[in-house]
Amino acid sequence: MTALDIAPIGERGFLARRVNRLRRAVPFSVGFGIFWLAAMVFVAAFADWLRPYGITAMDLSSRLVGPGDPQHLLGTDELGRDVLSRLIQSIRISLVIAFGATILSGMVGTALGFAAAKFRGVVEHLVLALADFQAALPFLIMALAVLAFFGSSMWLLICLMGFYGWERYARIARGLAISASAQGYSSAVVQLGAKPSRVYLKHILPNIASTLIVSMTLTFPEIILMESSLSFLGLGVQPPESSLGNMVGFGREYLTTAPWIMLAPAVVIMLTTLSISLVGDWLRDKLDPTIR
Amino acid sequence: MTQPLIKATNLVRTYAVRRGLFGKITPVRAVDGVSLSVMPGETLGIVGESGSGKSTLGRMLLGIDPAQGGSVSFEGSAMPRLGTAEWRALRARMQLVYQDPLAALDKRLPISVQIGEPLEIHRLLPKNERRARVEELMAAVGLRRDQAERFPHELSGGQRQRAVIARALASRPDLLVCDEPVAALDVSIQAQVVNMLRDLQESQRIAMVFISHDLKVVRNVADRVAVMYLGHIVEEASSDVIFASPRHPYTKALASSVPVPGKKLEGRLILQGEPPNPADRPSGCPFHPRCPIAADICRTARPALQTVAPQRNVACHMVTPHTVAIAA
Repeated sequence: MTALDIAPIGERGFLARRVNRLRRAVPFSVGFGIFWLAAMVFVAAFADWLRPYGITAMDLSSRLVGPGDPQHLLGTDELGRDVLSRLIQSIRISLVIAFGATILSGMVGTALGFAAAKFRGVVEHLVLALADFQAALPFLIMALAVLAFFGSSMWLLICLMGFYGWERYARIARGLAISASAQGYSSAVVQLGAKPSRVYLKHILPNIASTLIVSMTLTFPEIILMESSLSFLGLGVQPPESSLGNMVGFGREYLTTAPWIMLAPAVVIMLTTLSISLVGDWLRDKLDPTIR
Repeated sequence: MTQPLIKATNLVRTYAVRRGLFGKITPVRAVDGVSLSVMPGETLGIVGESGSGKSTLGRMLLGIDPAQGGSVSFEGSAMPRLGTAEWRALRARMQLVYQDPLAALDKRLPISVQIGEPLEIHRLLPKNERRARVEELMAAVGLRRDQAERFPHELSGGQRQRAVIARALASRPDLLVCDEPVAALDVSIQAQVVNMLRDLQESQRIAMVFISHDLKVVRNVADRVAVMYLGHIVEEASSDVIFASPRHPYTKALASSVPVPGKKLEGRLILQGEPPNPADRPSGCPFHPRCPIAADICRTARPALQTVAPQRNVACHMVTPHTVAIAA
C-alpha cells in the first residue's frame, strides 16, 4: 500500500470516468446542438473580427440586395447595410443578454426558493407572495415602465431580463428542496453535522439541477423573444445597435419585398433555442449517474 | 461506577395525527416516559413491534427529534438544540445508521466521497490524510477499494449498508445508534453485517443502541436489552437473562417466538389481538387487552418500571420483586 496505489482512486479516476461518459456516443441532434451553440459563442466572442462591414456602414447604391450577392452574402437592408455583419453583431448582443439574464434569473430564483425551503414561515410566505406578484404582473408592462423611466442600457436590460422567470425557479426550487429535505439523503447529511449551506449546495442542488436545467432551456428562448418584443417596441436595444429581435422587428416591414432581412435572424433564433433544448435535455440525462 | 455516555430521563414525544381532512387532531404518544442510559462501549438493544416507538426513541437520543418532555444528556451535559452549531459539532461523536441505505446515500456522489464527508464537515484530518482514512474505513467494513468510485445504485444492498456504516464510523464516534440496520437486507447478508457491526463495536469500544424488531439479531449483538411496547419500556435486563427467563408477559411471548437451532418451537405463546393503536391507548397497562394474566388492577393503573432483581427492571403489576424471588 503506497501512495501510488491510492492515487488512481481519487481525482484521476473520477475525472477519467466523467470524460469517458461524455465521450460515449452522442446522438446526431445533440451533436448538432453542441456544434451550433459553440459556433454561436465563437461568433459572439469574435464578432469584431468576423464582421465584413461595420454595422452602420451604409451603401445606398446597393439597397435591398438579395442574398447570394458576392459583396453581401446575406444581402442588404433598406439602408444598404450588410445583413451578415448586422447578424453577427446581433448574435453577440442577444447572447449576452439571454445568457446573462437566464443565469441571473436562475440564480436569484433558486436562491430565493432555497431560502423559502430552509426557513419556511415568514420567509416562505414572503417569497411565495413575491412570486405570485411577479407571475400576476404582465412582465412586459413592468419592463416598459422601468425602461421608460431609466432609459435603456445594456446592463439595465440584462438585469431586467434577469427578473424574467425567476418566480418559476423559485417555486420549483422551493418545492423540490422541501421534498428533498424530507428524503433520507439530506437528513442523513444533516445528521452528519453538515451546515445548511453544505446540505443545500452540495447535495440538494445537484439532485434537483436537472429540473432547473430544463427550466432554463425554457426561459432562454423566452428571454430572446422578450428582448425582441422590447426592441420592437423601441425600448430594448437601441438602433443603430442591433439585436436579433431588433432585426426581426425592423425587417418585418420588408417581409414581402425583402424577406431575408427578417429570416436570417429568425433562423438564428430558432436554431439557437432548439439547440439549447436538445443539449439541455441531453445534459440532464448525462448528469444523472442513475441513468446510463 | 463510571458516568453513562448517554442518559435519557422520562422522554416524551407526541405526534399530532389528524384523521381525514376535517378530522379531530388526536395526539399520539410515540414515546411516553422512557428512561434509559448507555455506558461507554456498551450495546443496548431496543426491541418491540412496529409502532412501539423504537425509532423515535433512537432519534430522540441523538437529538434529531426534540424531546417534548424529559431530557437527554450526553456525558452529563444536556443535548444542544437541533440545528445549533453545538449540536452539529456533537455529530462527530454520535452517529446514526439507517434502515434504508439507498435512501440515506446521495445517489449523485460516489461512495468514497460520501464516506469521507464527516471528515470534511468536521475538518478532522488534513486533506491529504482523508483519502487514506476513507480507504481504511472501506477496508474495515469490507468494501473493496475498486468500489470507491461506485455510485450507490451500483452497489448491492449489503454493500450500501456497509458504506453507510463506514460513513457513520468516519469521525470515530462514541455512540452509534443503529435503527433497524439489517431489516432491509437479505437474511444471508444480515448475519455478515451484524457480525461486522459487532466486531467494529468491540474493537473500537463504541457504545451502540441497536434498534430492531428481530430478536435473534438483538440477542446476538446486545449486552442489555430493553423491550418496548407502545412507547413504554416494559422490561429491561441483560441480553442473556431476558431471553432465558423473561418476566413480563409480553417479553415471554416475544422470547417464545425465537427459534433455537435443533429444537422444535415448543410452548410458543401466541398473543391474541392486534397491537393497539397508539392514538387510542388502552387505560391502565397498555398491554392488558392482550395479556394472558391481566387482572383488574391492570385495567385501571399503569404499572411503573421497577427493579425486581439486580440489573433487571419490569413494568408489570403481576411481576414484583416478591414474585421473582418465588420463581427463582
